[in-house]
Amino acid sequence: MKSLYLLLFALLIIVSSCSTSDDSDNQPINEIQDLLRVQELENESHIIELYTSSGKFYTGYNHISLRIKNKISNQFETGASLTWMPVMQMPTMQHSCPKSGIVKELGKDTVFEGFIIFQMTNTDASGWSLKFDYQVNGEQFTVTENIEVFQHAQKNVTAFMGSDNTRYVLANIGPAQPIIGNNDLTLGLYKMENMMTFPVVINYTITLDPRMPGMGNHSSPNNTDLTYSAVDNFYHGNLTLTMTGYWVLNFQLLNGSNEVLKGEPVTDENIQSSLFLELEF
Amino acid sequence: MKIKLIAAFIFGVIPIITAQNTEQNIAKDTTNLNEVVIIGRKSLSNFRQPKALASLDEFLESSNKIVMIKRGNYAWEPSLNSMVSERLNVTIDGMQIFGACTDKMDPITSYVDVSNLEKVSINSGQQGTEFGNVIGGGINLELHKEAFSDKGFKMGIDNGFETNGNYKIFGVDATYAASNFYLIADGIFRKSENYESGNSQEVLYSQFQKINASVVTGYKISESHQIDANLIIDRATDVGYPALPMDVSLAEAFITSLSHTYTPENLYFKSLESKLYFNTITHIMDDTQRPDVPIRMDMPGWSDTFGFYSKAHYNIQKHHITANLNGFYNRSLAEMTMYSTIPNQPDMFMYTWPDIRTLYSGIFINDDIEINDLHSISFGTRVGFHQNEIARQEGIESLKIFRSNVEQFNNRLLLSINSNYKLSLKNYEVNAGVGYGERAPSVSEGYGFFLFNSFDNYDYIGNPNLANEKAYEASFSIKRHFKKASLSLESSAFYIEDYIIGVIAENTPSMTIGAKGVRLYESLPNAKIFNVALNSNFDILPKLKGQTVLGYSYGNGSDNNSLTLIRPFFYRAEIIYRSHQFGATFQLEGNGNQTRYSSFYGEDQTPAYAILNLNLSNQLVIDNVKAIFKYGVQNLLDREYNTFADWNNIPRPGRNFYINASFVIN
Repeated sequence: MKSLYLLLFALLIIVSSCSTSDDSDNQPINEIQDLLRVQELENESHIIELYTSSGKFYTGYNHISLRIKNKISNQFETGASLTWMPVMQMPTMQHSCPKSGIVKELGKDTVFEGFIIFQMTNTDASGWSLKFDYQVNGEQFTVTENIEVFQHAQKNVTAFMGSDNTRYVLANIGPAQPIIGNNDLTLGLYKMENMMTFPVVINYTITLDPRMPGMGNHSSPNNTDLTYSAVDNFYHGNLTLTMTGYWVLNFQLLNGSNEVLKGEPVTDENIQSSLFLELEF
Repeated sequence: MKIKLIAAFIFGVIPIITAQNTEQNIAKDTTNLNEVVIIGRKSLSNFRQPKALASLDEFLESSNKIVMIKRGNYAWEPSLNSMVSERLNVTIDGMQIFGACTDKMDPITSYVDVSNLEKVSINSGQQGTEFGNVIGGGINLELHKEAFSDKGFKMGIDNGFETNGNYKIFGVDATYAASNFYLIADGIFRKSENYESGNSQEVLYSQFQKINASVVTGYKISESHQIDANLIIDRATDVGYPALPMDVSLAEAFITSLSHTYTPENLYFKSLESKLYFNTITHIMDDTQRPDVPIRMDMPGWSDTFGFYSKAHYNIQKHHITANLNGFYNRSLAEMTMYSTIPNQPDMFMYTWPDIRTLYSGIFINDDIEINDLHSISFGTRVGFHQNEIARQEGIESLKIFRSNVEQFNNRLLLSINSNYKLSLKNYEVNAGVGYGERAPSVSEGYGFFLFNSFDNYDYIGNPNLANEKAYEASFSIKRHFKKASLSLESSAFYIEDYIIGVIAENTPSMTIGAKGVRLYESLPNAKIFNVALNSNFDILPKLKGQTVLGYSYGNGSDNNSLTLIRPFFYRAEIIYRSHQFGATFQLEGNGNQTRYSSFYGEDQTPAYAILNLNLSNQLVIDNVKAIFKYGVQNLLDREYNTFADWNNIPRPGRNFYINASFVIN
């Protein structure tokens, strides 16, 4: 066994040294520049490398880039079709979370991308596993491993029951870097159809009232309600931030008939909506 | 402080000591609306100056044309022709300098002291455009200079004490003059505790402390070439502002210049003075002395200005031509850090002036034409290029919250023109003038971000796209000389288009805790301002004179709201006794009821008041020491009052005994 590893190791060195010159020509090595590796998922034939900008998974929206490395050729696969399934193991049951499909990243040869919105985690980051089913050159593969999902410092995702007795997940997608000024606030809204299915909710309205509890709970001017965009399947509205610091984004969720499903207006008596997310910059 | 006593010494003749007003008083040789307030040591022995060590603010307040707006006992804001900072051009010896406080806690006049100055030139309306394009007028604080002479060494020591506020003043100055060199060095220290209003009510946060030092030196290279250099360091600490929610822990200025003067032996070409200058201001607002604030915050501001001017005098036949080419570059930056009321939450931060750069360059030309002994006429113009730049992207983004079109650069061309006619008859002097002027918005008006105005309780937001404010102006004055008296009437009227003012933004939440809302700087279609004053002087006995001033001002916007800080009916009367060694002035001054006030802009009605002041002075000469004592009592009857010019109705000082002792050693 040991000698087999040794042999493989030697082979690896040879292959990699042989292909060095080729790498610079047909495989720009900077396809994952500015990204940090989170984890590798490995089966007998492939290693799937997962990347995010922080190098970790957090609760809320995670934009994930990935590459599939062929363990034999030591090359990254350029053509593949993938699906994924994140699963949270609870004491008595298990459930998934909202996620996108996986597509080839535009302009890149070996990098695929998608996003997962973890709506919760355990305090020690445990509980989640991630399963990939994928096809390369007509051949079907699968790989599953536990992943660590850390609690984000701010509440950037919320799961709640609407007055229509439906469970929803609302997550902050962007801006990744808020500015003092106008921000394109982007939210993802999903319905929990069952434990494993979270389809996008379309054509609802989300009212917006940002507040700073640390300074008299003041608001900001010229915010707009969020509406659904079929282009990216997210909700968009204008969020104005007048200063840096800790903001609470208060929402009300309205369905297509403008019935309030969740949330209340912020008033002197009610300083926060029951439907809110946090932002800090 | 309302020590109006002061000596507003009007060049030439009888200083008509009125209180502050937008009205004018006249110098004998000119009947126009301009005025010079003499400040320097040379006028020390002038008995009309009630306090030799009065602050510059008090000196200005003694002028007939200036009203001082008060937010406390320090750093008053001058108002000329019923217009304040944004509409005035205040310069120090022709140098542009801009305050670093977003809340106007540091008018330029707070960064110099009387010990630095020789005189203050006040020029009304378009006659005040020598150093910049303005609407209301120009105030130039002229630094002292010494003539080249063989006088040698001279020094002076000043001591002052006032009972109200336990106010102490100590100053020292030394002068050395030789035939080709002079040097003046001076320093002054002022410290006051809280003053008491009438009936001994302590006005909290009215203390201040300031130290100022300056050096002026000149060297004569040849008969026609001279170089002068100047440095002022001014540092105020622990300044309270009873009318505002915050105080100032530091207001510091460093002001310096180098100039060259060429005075050729030429029949026509009289002089060419060129100056390079730099000044930097640091202003730190502070609320740590206030026990109870809704939120703690730091609000520092900085203002740096580089500039130059080159000024020439040319006389040909009946023409006296002045030309001034000048330019400056200013950087204004102010920020605000708020400490969350919830523990462990991050600090909140914003730029209130997002690093605004102002580049200005312009030329001024004025021609005084003496047609004959009776008639003279003048024509003046200034054309300037004015550019603002938002140097921080954060500034552009934050202003875009309120307006979609915010450009990094904003260029303006500014024009000023004026003409004045003067008729001098045996017993009459008549002066009539017309003018047109434009100004650019100030940094706060153009780019301020959530500037809290405690006067009307609104947050203000700047507007980079404001149109130039334009003023049409007319002035008229007439003076009649009688055998032992004179009577003069002076008036000025302004019709201002695109008058910049804060307009309430509906449904816009304020940032400041407790503020009523947000106002955006916008242009009113027009506003009208009118000022009139009636002055009289009369001899009662050879050494006893009387003076009176009556004044009224009016200001109204096209939205039919009164403009703010417009003085109601005002009067002052005084009796002056003067002999060689002793002088006395007994003074009555007051305002009528403020019937026109702007509740829309946070003003309330100020009731009528009247106070009495008594000022005395003695002069002694012993060997080579001249001692001058000035003493008296202000607000003799200890009236509890405030005037229209007191921000948020802070009460003025009650009875105050003062003494100033000055010693000049030759």
